[in-house]
Amino acid sequence: MNLIIALIAGIGFGIGLTISGMVEPLIVLAFLDVAGAWDPSLAFVMCGALAVFIPGYLLSKTKMSKPIFAASFSLPTRSDIDKPLLIGAVIFGLGWGISGICPGPAIANLSGMDEKIFGFIIAMLVGMIAANKVKTT
Amino acid sequence: MTDFIEPLIGGVILGVSSLLLLVANGRIAGISGIVSNLLKLQPGNAWRWMFVIGLILGPVVLQTTSYNLPNINSSWWMLIAGGLLVGFGSVFGSGCTSGHGICGIGRLSPRSITSVVIFMATAAITVFVTRHLLGAA
Repeated sequence: MNLIIALIAGIGFGIGLTISGMVEPLIVLAFLDVAGAWDPSLAFVMCGALAVFIPGYLLSKTKMSKPIFAASFSLPTRSDIDKPLLIGAVIFGLGWGISGICPGPAIANLSGMDEKIFGFIIAMLVGMIAANKVKTT
Repeated sequence: MTDFIEPLIGGVILGVSSLLLLVANGRIAGISGIVSNLLKLQPGNAWRWMFVIGLILGPVVLQTTSYNLPNINSSWWMLIAGGLLVGFGSVFGSGCTSGHGICGIGRLSPRSITSVVIFMATAAITVFVTRHLLGAA
């Protein structure tokens, strides 16, 4: 059941990213281009997502001792702001600003078979492997 | 500019999908975390594969309607540099637009709120530099 839920959530994610316009790098860059022809529409993506997630999360926190199909919640527990968090966010922001693509939309774009998406994803995977290495040493 | 309905609907679908994964499986829908854990080839990755398959299938399902994936117009250097930085930064900084942006902010995590503020600002500055100072894209 766990696997079916993960598949459904993934499909929902792919549909949500496509309908919202997040899969289109030009829309993302226009959202980030506050000094140019700013297109604020993507701000509504986060509004829509949080409008559902925040009340749902708060409700689950008070009413549920465990998830429906798992033994326990696997949630991050840290609350300290450390250097890797800050450095990672800056590096991520740089890459997102250069390309207009973040990990979810990159993978959602795969079925478009655009060779440039393959290039982006391979570079992204290399970056992830490098970060995993740096983090564990 | 006025087209906020689709971003809003897409965002709601992202929120519902994230919430489903949380209340059913107790998992965070963070794409960079899911993908980077797949790279570690560890046991317990089956649900992550299912999520990624769904993420690819979602847009395919949508293509039966009027939604299509974009052509990627950015230059190769922007995609490769962007991919490397996005991959490294998201793993080093423990999350990206989905994990920090939806689930993290949705749980009011101080780490995630900090991360999102920093990567949004960095990305906006990056776009300002590439578009208005260097005149690319």
